[in-house]
Amino acid sequence: MAILVNENTKILVQGITGSFGGRHAQLSLDYGTRLVAGVTPGKGGQKFADKVPIFDTVAEAVEVTGATVSAIFVPPPFAGDAILEAVDAGCELVVAITEGIPVMDMMRVRAAMEGKKSRLIGPNCPGIVTPGLGKDSHGGCRIGIAPGYIHKRGKVGVVSRSGTLTYEAVWQLTNLGLGQSTCVGIGGDPINGTTHLDVLKMFNDDPETEAIIMIGEIGGSNEEIAAAWAKEHCKKPMAAFIAGSSAPPGRRMGHAGAIVSGGKGTAAAKIEALRDAGIEVAKNPSDMGQALVRAMG
Amino acid sequence: MNIHEYQAKELFEKFGVPTPKGKVADTAEQAKAAAAEIGKNIVVKAQVHAGGRGKGTFKNGFKGGVHLVQTPDEAGEIAGKMIGQVLVTHQTGEEGKLVSKVMVADGVEIEKEYYLAILMDRESKSPVIVASTEGGVNIEDVAEHTPEKIFHQAIHPLLGLQPYEVRKLSAKLGFAGDQAKQFGKLLAALYRLFLECDCSMVEINPLVTTPDGQVLALDAKFDFDDNALYRHPEIAALHDPTEEDPREVEAAKYHLNYIGLDGNIACLVNGAGLAMATMDIIKHCGGEPANFLDVGGGATQEQVTNAFKIILGDPKVEAILVNIFGGIMDCDVIAKGIVAACKEVDLKIPLVVRLEGNNVEAGKRTLAESDVALISADTLADAADKAVKAIAA
Repeated sequence: MAILVNENTKILVQGITGSFGGRHAQLSLDYGTRLVAGVTPGKGGQKFADKVPIFDTVAEAVEVTGATVSAIFVPPPFAGDAILEAVDAGCELVVAITEGIPVMDMMRVRAAMEGKKSRLIGPNCPGIVTPGLGKDSHGGCRIGIAPGYIHKRGKVGVVSRSGTLTYEAVWQLTNLGLGQSTCVGIGGDPINGTTHLDVLKMFNDDPETEAIIMIGEIGGSNEEIAAAWAKEHCKKPMAAFIAGSSAPPGRRMGHAGAIVSGGKGTAAAKIEALRDAGIEVAKNPSDMGQALVRAMG
Repeated sequence: MNIHEYQAKELFEKFGVPTPKGKVADTAEQAKAAAAEIGKNIVVKAQVHAGGRGKGTFKNGFKGGVHLVQTPDEAGEIAGKMIGQVLVTHQTGEEGKLVSKVMVADGVEIEKEYYLAILMDRESKSPVIVASTEGGVNIEDVAEHTPEKIFHQAIHPLLGLQPYEVRKLSAKLGFAGDQAKQFGKLLAALYRLFLECDCSMVEINPLVTTPDGQVLALDAKFDFDDNALYRHPEIAALHDPTEEDPREVEAAKYHLNYIGLDGNIACLVNGAGLAMATMDIIKHCGGEPANFLDVGGGATQEQVTNAFKIILGDPKVEAILVNIFGGIMDCDVIAKGIVAACKEVDLKIPLVVRLEGNNVEAGKRTLAESDVALISADTLADAADKAVKAIAA
């Protein structure tokens, strides 16, 4: 089962001929992901890695290959347009990896997506992995930039804003023998497509997922909202970690969304909300895997 | 990115947001000439990014970064005492900020002060106008003590500011007749500026009415979306690097994301989330992080070398913690880069390295076999603990 994507999902990559997009498209192919198309305007008719057809438009790529998910590696000035093109082509899921998209562009993209059936993950996110059953989780669906081999197929749902901190958590789980159903990186930007709560609800409904780990960071109130919902509705054991308890207020900590302003979005407030919801909060980032073990009793 | 008050005033003039007459001056003579155009009731304001200027003190003993004077001669004299001097306010820290320009402006008479801001709101995913009848004071205090005096209006991202939204806010602030018209024009101009310049916030505090019935923006604070500066070269050009930590300016040149803090354990991490988490665990283990430093997804020798140089530019740093999760990159390549960087900068303080990920065993071997005295760590907690102990030893 897993959520959002599985080993049968057909994906396409927008920006497949760029160095970043190309590198990670190749890694996804190596992982065994069903990467069926690439899109780069002006390069239609060419092939990626001698086998994946490249199209000029997302609409053509979807029509010819039946891809249902698009991964976006397009540079920031053109990324908003690329997202809307994927939505227009009817992609069920659009995963925007691109970092550095102007907030004003994302605001308009989100407003334009209102009422459409497509779901957006990101931008500025590591993507999604549903691990496979092969060696080093080979054969799964890897969309984005996460290292595939750190995963292990299993029953823990992982949702996080960041990249390497997510890998850290996944690696801790894998080393404890706790495999993952799906790992979702929702991204570090202030305006994004999918929230912690959205993913939490999907994990809660997914029969394969038996426990959930949620990794958040300072800024906004995404984690508090998810915690309040979990308190009432979540049927599965949960652990969490919030990064940024040592960050000074008013400074943007790398991620545009990671800023404490006007006393809002502090790590302390988030941790309190999580504890209040009965979620096991990791004492420090080395304790994320163990926190889930405690949560599972 | 922030800008100076005089630059904000120039932006206001360009977009048609009414402000009192004024000019920027680099010298006492220029300040005197600018004051002569105004006549009397002249304000002289030191141009630094920090707040609390009025109550600040210059290091030469001169008190106050904002003065009201009556003649051009006095304006020149005051400007002479500010320009080239270092102003210390509650926001600058004790090192203060060098004042190289002053603004000379018409010190208009104030009838009533208001607050007006537009900010990008992540919850509603739209611009939100915030207005209050309580201006000239700290808006956070108003929000805490008299929240009913603050009015919010979310603006539809695709429809833009609607006339009824302006009328609604105008009525709540108590504007009527000609002043309501002036306020409407001002708000429309401000909204256009907010959108066209990719602001994440523009704040007017105070917005004032004068006894002769004008509605004017008396002071402004801007915050621009750094991600959008590529399409606003004219705004990017307003950036004043002397206002920022020189190490942050240097780091930006190498695409390193560095933020200086007060502690003594420097950290170098790949990825913003993991970098924050590394700071947290240093604190958890009883240490104090000296900085936030994200070297990006990879960690090449060149990046690590540049990062070391920036870290070592902070005299408070007594140890360095490197935490790299080599997801895609080979940990051995990263390890070789770290060793080479240590030699290049001739590192003399304890260095704790924690590598994890792809080909980590080879990476650890490279670290162990190198002739550089570094401390290898296995987990994040182990690394932070070793860094704290390295300083105590």
